[in-house]
Amino acid sequence: MNELSRTIPILHAEGPDLSYLRADFPILSETIRGKPFVFLDSAASAQKPNVVIDAMSHAMRTQYANVHRGLHWMSERTTDAYEGTRDKVARLLNAASREEIVFTGSSTNAINLVAHSYGSLLRPGQAVVISEMEHHANIVPWQMLRDRSGIELRVIPVTDAGELDLVAFEALLADRKVGLVAVTHMSNVLGTVTPAARIAEMTHAAGAKLLLDGSQAVVHRPVDVQALGADFYLFTGHKLYGPTGIGVLWARRELLEAMPPFLGGGDMIGSVSFEHTTWAEVPHKFEAGTPAIIEGIGLGAAIDYVEAIGLDVMQAHEAALTRHALARLAGIEGLRVIGQAPERGGVISFTMQGAHAHDIATLLDQNGIAVRAGNHCAEPLMRRMGVSSTARASFGIYTTMGEIDVLADTLDRVRRFLV
Amino acid sequence: MSEAATSFRTAASLYQELVVERARRPLHAGDLDPADGAGDGSNPLCGDKVRVSVRLDAHRQVAEIAHRTRGCAICAASADLMADSVVGLDELRVEALYGRLDHLMQQGADAVGADGREQLGLLLAFSDLHDYRSRRKCATLPWSALRAAFKSAEEP
Repeated sequence: MNELSRTIPILHAEGPDLSYLRADFPILSETIRGKPFVFLDSAASAQKPNVVIDAMSHAMRTQYANVHRGLHWMSERTTDAYEGTRDKVARLLNAASREEIVFTGSSTNAINLVAHSYGSLLRPGQAVVISEMEHHANIVPWQMLRDRSGIELRVIPVTDAGELDLVAFEALLADRKVGLVAVTHMSNVLGTVTPAARIAEMTHAAGAKLLLDGSQAVVHRPVDVQALGADFYLFTGHKLYGPTGIGVLWARRELLEAMPPFLGGGDMIGSVSFEHTTWAEVPHKFEAGTPAIIEGIGLGAAIDYVEAIGLDVMQAHEAALTRHALARLAGIEGLRVIGQAPERGGVISFTMQGAHAHDIATLLDQNGIAVRAGNHCAEPLMRRMGVSSTARASFGIYTTMGEIDVLADTLDRVRRFLV
Repeated sequence: MSEAATSFRTAASLYQELVVERARRPLHAGDLDPADGAGDGSNPLCGDKVRVSVRLDAHRQVAEIAHRTRGCAICAASADLMADSVVGLDELRVEALYGRLDHLMQQGADAVGADGREQLGLLLAFSDLHDYRSRRKCATLPWSALRAAFKSAEEP
């Protein structure tokens, strides 16, 4: 049994005892204001297991040089470790080849890359479709593209239950002017998992390409980009138990090859003269400058870790947590869960009559419980759901049923205190 | 004190009784009509909004003030306690009082001398914001709205 696989039977056990798995995350044994740390903010950023921390530390201590350019032993070892992560990402997403994996600084950077590069291939009169449930990072880059290139921006409405309105989507596609559809695979506010395969089918039938923002989804369930039928898929490392500063863009190879570079310099160069420059092959054409080497190595360790547990196991665990949480929260007077989509992941936003989300978050924090509160970088969705802010509890592989109970019990006390 | 209250109210809690009470039942809620000036504050992170309206006397001191607040308990209580604290003050003295409050939140109650504590009065209720950096904007939002109200009172 290797170091990682010991976590697997723990999650499979009846009434899961997560103590062994939780021991992999040193921060979870901290106390906050004298109370055990209950971390329910994994959708903002997940905690890091020892294997990630150790991989990054090990690389910096014993195996560090710049990558792709050093003709010496240490550079080659570092390059092997860094490039190894590209193979792991390709496997994680079931990409057709490792050359379809572009490293970016974040999900936001990946969307901006597509908006600039693929966006430059769109012509005035064409349209980009996003949805009402997008994070600002999947709204603003398309508005910027609209303003500089004259494309039209269309928005799929969200139903009262918090699902994409596919009838309205069909209508948005009808004139066949849409060049790209860019939607989330899982909402960071509602937890809604969007019907990606159906959306892909409709998008392609209208002659458009599909970008899926997988920042939340890839953390909670297995993702197969080929089976989904996406054209672009992206996620960030830090929500997948890896470090900040590293993100991933997957795109079909022929798209990457057709797209112009985004940023210039460093690894994206083929040859340079003052008259003419040629680009490197994909994916390096999109990787200007020295990359996030250590972070890339850390992401590789994170992928090893979640694969050792099993994404399907993680999905089942989080589904059980979510069912339990929804049942417990339903028993709290005045508490309203925002979004009721049947297909959802471990992210639950809620409001409480008479209590502001910020006050809820601060009072929970006084009891050691970390949740997020605010508009979650999704202002249009807040308006659509008729709220100015929500509190949000989000789960990870280390979240326990007991922590859900602590949350629910404390929320009930918050209600009695504030309302 | 109820079990819920004891679990959240420590000796110097952010949510002391005065704050919760003023948030629930503000003394200065509403709009002045007519007003010499009115100003708005908003926090895009949470959607909180405050509108402050003022009447000024002949020395441009606050004669009357009211606020309409849609926000958290800290923001609502801050607007109401601010209204208590600024009547009789001109813009310069309001700024000086705000400076004291800012110092209190940045440095904590121990860093504010006896004179400062006396000037702050009820505003000392916010001394725990020293430990809650992310919540300070909730308390300062009404003061931004008051500043805008003074500015609007200057305009012809």
